[in-house]
Amino acid sequence: MADTVKLPEDSFKPITADDRAALDSEKIAAPSLTFTQDAWRRLKKNRGAWISLIILGIIFIMAFGSIFFSPHNPNAVNPSYANLPSKIPGVNINGFNGTLVQAGERVDAYKQAGASSLHYIMGTDYLGRDLFSRVLYGTRISLIIALVATLFDLTIGVTYGLFSGWKGGRVDTIMQRIIEIILSIPNLVVIVLLILILKPGMTSIIIAIALTSWVNMARLVRAQTMEIKEQEYVLAARTLGESSLKIAFKHLLPNLSSVIIINTMFTIPSAIFFEATLSYIGIGISSPQASLGTLLNDGQKNFQFLPYQMWWPALILCIIMLAFNLLGDGLRDAFDPRTKE
Amino acid sequence: MAKYLAKRIFYLILTLFIVITVTFFLMKLLPGTPLTNQAKLSKSQIALIYQQYGLDKPVWQQYLLYLAGAVKGNFGTSFQFSDQPVSYLLSSRIGPSLQIGLQAMILGVILGIIIGALGAMRQNTWVDTTTTVVSIIGISIPSFVLAVLLQYYLGLKLGWFPIAEWGGFIYTVLPTLALGATPLAESARFVRTEMVDVLSSDYIELAKAKGLSRMGVIYHHALRNSLIPLITIVGPLAVNIMTGSMVVENIFSIPGIGEQFVKSVLTNDYPTIMGLTIIYSFMLCVVLLITDILYGIVDPRIRITGKAN
Repeated sequence: MADTVKLPEDSFKPITADDRAALDSEKIAAPSLTFTQDAWRRLKKNRGAWISLIILGIIFIMAFGSIFFSPHNPNAVNPSYANLPSKIPGVNINGFNGTLVQAGERVDAYKQAGASSLHYIMGTDYLGRDLFSRVLYGTRISLIIALVATLFDLTIGVTYGLFSGWKGGRVDTIMQRIIEIILSIPNLVVIVLLILILKPGMTSIIIAIALTSWVNMARLVRAQTMEIKEQEYVLAARTLGESSLKIAFKHLLPNLSSVIIINTMFTIPSAIFFEATLSYIGIGISSPQASLGTLLNDGQKNFQFLPYQMWWPALILCIIMLAFNLLGDGLRDAFDPRTKE
Repeated sequence: MAKYLAKRIFYLILTLFIVITVTFFLMKLLPGTPLTNQAKLSKSQIALIYQQYGLDKPVWQQYLLYLAGAVKGNFGTSFQFSDQPVSYLLSSRIGPSLQIGLQAMILGVILGIIIGALGAMRQNTWVDTTTTVVSIIGISIPSFVLAVLLQYYLGLKLGWFPIAEWGGFIYTVLPTLALGATPLAESARFVRTEMVDVLSSDYIELAKAKGLSRMGVIYHHALRNSLIPLITIVGPLAVNIMTGSMVVENIFSIPGIGEQFVKSVLTNDYPTIMGLTIIYSFMLCVVLLITDILYGIVDPRIRITGKAN
């Protein structure tokens, strides 16, 4: 017979709000942060990454906003206003005031074309299309290609890496051999071959970049999975009879998220770079569609006389690449506390 | 070691075999014919041309013939230039590409090491900030943008270097700079991170405590240990240079294999594309093999684990 302890009724009393406040005042602790909150706080401290995030936000809004609102139609040809240099209202610096050096003399190109009242912020191209609208349009296409390719990269790469790392053994060896073979052909060569088969165009560029860029993600995810699967909590989940699929989604993926996010930040600029290279060579996006690569290619032809036509797309391309790289670095520091402090 | 080497070489051959097979069948899937004026040719003429290039045989026979030829370094005949064997075309063009690629790699890595080491030595000062900015800009500017800018400003405006064509060493300067920027930036970043790590380890403290001079510590202990992992990024850098060379060679009109690759792609010259794919893969495989072996030699820890496996 177990002893039963009779506790008097009045030894318990409900806690009041005042009592709770008195207890809390004893605590000496920072508010506890979740992993994401902590990473976010550290990211905000990193000035370069924070500015990059804002710049990327602006570029995204402008590029995708230009679907609804664009200063001019990016495809409207207007030969009489061809090759007008950049003119920003209120700015009187050579190069931004619509003047041009012709035969050793600086002349107002807008007056010559009879368009003194107009101003094109980035000038016009050889067909008189507004370069600013075209750059926005091209940025949008480049970003779409990069983002969709990265989406594939996320799904294929992460699944492949998870599977390979989780299974281990012979399956892993074979899957790694396949990756090694893919890695031993330069990416661009594979992409070019694929585009030739699929016929040049936006879809085939996306497919080609997607099919080649997942390899890095797969390797990283595999290495990380092999580490995580030895952890006690995974063992516990297995002991409790959790299915592999559920472990992958509930235990592995959340712990892999930082690796995946960081790598994505480096996949996007490399996809933009590949797209630009392909369009630059001449097997990428075909006109009248534009991407940053085709704009660069067009601009480069006249670089000696109309340098602004290449400078603008080059500038935007470099800013995007720079911002993604800085953001990637910042995220890496934010997710990995060891590298900081 | 010998066993490891044999295994690696076996994998190299297997890889190349798969590359040849896959590219061959991919090429068979390609739309279009190599004939320029198909409409003007009669059926018998087309048959004759196909026979001459061996295109009338069944695909599996063509494949076996191609494989047998490839082993001997014979990649068929170019469609673009009449009667020009691909192997001859490529062997006459590989020199300039190799020269520029190697120069870019050597220049980039050496400068990168210096810049990265400087950054790590003066961590969190303006020197460090400058080197970080240089390396991040170097990674962000595509080589073809840099190539055009160099060509215009250093070549045309200042007239220091020839703007295009292929001649002596002076012609290689601008392409080398354009291609070397990424290796420079990548290795600078890499060396900086490694060296910051190494500089905070115990044996550096010990070396300092022994009374070694600052340069002695940096050179003998810090730099050497931070350079070992640099070997691992040589492979990816080689890929980067190969990729970049396709565009950069075009911009400077250098008669190299990168320029030829683009030309062949634009003219449906399948045998040349295939030959080039194989050559690119071969070069990359060799680079990866050499770096793996070097890594094993330089870092004894890798060698031991390699044996255990």
